[in-house]
Amino acid sequence: MVDRKYVPLLVTIGLFILMFLAGSLRYPGFFSLQVFMNLLIDNAFLLIVAVGMTFVILSGGIDLSVGSVVALTTMLSASLITEAGWPPAAVIPLVLAVGILFGWMMGAIIHYFQIQPFIVTLAGMFLARGLCYVISINTITISHPFYTHMALAKIRLPGGSFISISVVIALLVVALAVYLAHYTRFGRNTYAIGGHESSAVLMGLPVGRTKMLVYAFSGFCSSLGGVVFTFYMLSGYGLHTVGLELDAIAAVVIGGTLLTGGSGYVIGTFFGVLIQGVIQTIITFEGTLSSWWTKMVIGLLLFLFILLQRVFTARSTRSQSV
Amino acid sequence: MSENRPILQMFGIHKRFPGVHALNDVRFRMFAGEVHALMGENGAGKSTLIKVLTGVYPVDEGSVEWEGRPLHLRSPLEAQQAGISTVYQEINLCPNLSVAENIFIGREPRKFGKISWKAMNRAAEALLAERLNVKLDVTKPLDTYSVAVQQLVAIARALNISARLLILDEPTSSLDRDETNKLFEVMRHLKKQGLAILFVTHFLDQVYEVSDRITILRNGRFVGEYLTDELPRVELVQKMIGKDLELLGGMPKRTAAPGEAKPPYLRASGLGRKGGVEPFDLTIGSGEIVGLAGLLGSGRTETARLLFGADRADQGRLVIEGREIRLDSPRKAIDRGIAFCSENRKSEGIIEDLTVRENIILALQAHRGWFRALSRRRQEEIADEYIRALDIKPPDPEQFIRNLSGGNQQKVMLARWLLMNPRLLILDEPTRGIDVGAKAEIQKLVLSLSREGMAVLFISSELEEVVRVSSRIAVLRDRRHVRHLTGDDIQQTTIMQAIAGG
Repeated sequence: MVDRKYVPLLVTIGLFILMFLAGSLRYPGFFSLQVFMNLLIDNAFLLIVAVGMTFVILSGGIDLSVGSVVALTTMLSASLITEAGWPPAAVIPLVLAVGILFGWMMGAIIHYFQIQPFIVTLAGMFLARGLCYVISINTITISHPFYTHMALAKIRLPGGSFISISVVIALLVVALAVYLAHYTRFGRNTYAIGGHESSAVLMGLPVGRTKMLVYAFSGFCSSLGGVVFTFYMLSGYGLHTVGLELDAIAAVVIGGTLLTGGSGYVIGTFFGVLIQGVIQTIITFEGTLSSWWTKMVIGLLLFLFILLQRVFTARSTRSQSV
Repeated sequence: MSENRPILQMFGIHKRFPGVHALNDVRFRMFAGEVHALMGENGAGKSTLIKVLTGVYPVDEGSVEWEGRPLHLRSPLEAQQAGISTVYQEINLCPNLSVAENIFIGREPRKFGKISWKAMNRAAEALLAERLNVKLDVTKPLDTYSVAVQQLVAIARALNISARLLILDEPTSSLDRDETNKLFEVMRHLKKQGLAILFVTHFLDQVYEVSDRITILRNGRFVGEYLTDELPRVELVQKMIGKDLELLGGMPKRTAAPGEAKPPYLRASGLGRKGGVEPFDLTIGSGEIVGLAGLLGSGRTETARLLFGADRADQGRLVIEGREIRLDSPRKAIDRGIAFCSENRKSEGIIEDLTVRENIILALQAHRGWFRALSRRRQEEIADEYIRALDIKPPDPEQFIRNLSGGNQQKVMLARWLLMNPRLLILDEPTRGIDVGAKAEIQKLVLSLSREGMAVLFISSELEEVVRVSSRIAVLRDRRHVRHLTGDDIQQTTIMQAIAGG
């Protein structure tokens, strides 16, 4: 018998395998390592952002600002590199620091003023998006050789497939996040806060500091996602990644993390992102369908997963009284 | 006992909340190697004093001296670091984390910054086995265990901190007799090691069984500090409630139920639910108080939930006022005139952010529908009426209910349901966690309600109380109704025999 707490995770992984197999049966050329690797290449930035979101949701919060922070990062990077002529070695640390600071400040407001994360990060979302247009209302392209190298470099894998450097970054982030979540006090405190915040306070855990760190980490992931996104798009634009926060939340929830916090796994989010990617791939292979079908299928899945969570939590509270 | 310097001294402590002077010039001290019982009625200021002592609330006025030095606590973390650990009545652990984590979180054993799960699980097992003598799978999430076990885990967590003062805030209210005894063993053991233990409970027996010293508070004021051996029980009770015992003794004695001739208000036959309670027969007549007795988890609450439609019965029949009915929602039950006062006051009853008035009218308003709002004046009339009738303190309808003591919150709950004018009132542990005086008042109230023709199902863990108010008693054991007692059989001894399986 599998441990009850792994059930949502296993459902997610099973669903991914099922969808991948379905695509493979229906479309010739679908079943290949490269199609799988492309999932990672196309969604590396989403994966990074969703990892940050996982921590926020585990802590019982939400971060709506991530898409805007990604856009702001692309904008800042593009204007500093193309227009101000800064070197990437200075720009990348700077934008990462901006993302961390942005997240940390939202966390501080949430904690010290006891305001709902939804409202604070909604304000953060508008602020970051607005700042993009302060920099420029147009697309700024990046043609710095470092960025084009990062965009085009292929890392060959045995078996003839390849991945981009962004994928390596994303996988490192996932590995780091798994470590953080399960082997550090920061990670365990995050679960504790999501499980029962007032208990966490009474247990003497550093709730305020952890919450601020959670949002700072999400800010870091967003800006890193933004950096990776500039590798992918080679431009900065205020309309980049509109609605990305919702994709990230969807990935986390489909990955089996409870929206109420306290339960879930980073690996689940990894598969949540892959599921979104595989839906997109299937629709591309189908050829005749509009890409909006992706959203509709994701919407349906989201609904099913929230139902599943509901059934799951209802059962676990009942088993408690026995 | 050692009459040397106390490790903790508090002088002239004041704490005010909006409209409540919760602590008024209170002093308190603790000695190492002693179990010190903090006694008082509801609203006496016990919880507030503990929260001050554990850094949850800052002190408004007064000084705290800890191990000879002044102490200013700003958070529970600081209190823990100073060596003051607390186990609260309501379990403050994280249900989603494993048992081992709940014991160790914040102090997990680490190797090069990496949490060592193996070491943590082993240490947790060892701690539970050696100090508490319990064996658990410490890797399972806390919410897979019963409340009693969770309580033990909470104590294990507190023990694990190198505490010199352990505060146990009503630790026994959810433990059965064996578990309580085990806890007392642990307390005596820790006392010998020089730990100071602050013990808060409503059970007088337990105070005399385990404590060395007693401090009594009343209405936020210090009444006195006594050695347990030198304070007779009667005197303790008098000091706690501040009035003579004779006033409490004026409980009208229950005579035999007259309702046998009339058709009963409610008749359940073969009603049951898998995993809840086995099929049972039960009748409750108008004007009759039927008691449910049994140990924790014996199926008392499950019975009540079936009768209220909060759980759906999967077999049996239920007849209310002569008509068969399937109760599949509390709403239906309310429509039939049933009211249910849950034992989980905090999670299923009061709404902390609303005022007393709003809490009282809640059920009535919901029943009327939100389009037929009660006028503000009518609401105030109702609130004033019930505050007076039930003697709710403070008598201010605009007070937020979270500022009231447990007993007064309970009275507000009662008011809410009485307002519905129910024909059957189900009371699940209406007196749990509240003091002697408030208990007696609630018992009196229940008796007078039944005289007015209300049917009452009365659930309580305290046999004495069930015996006193009930005209018939159903005894439960292991989720079965094992015996029905009437007339002269209603005695604590017969109930205990039935519970024990005699």
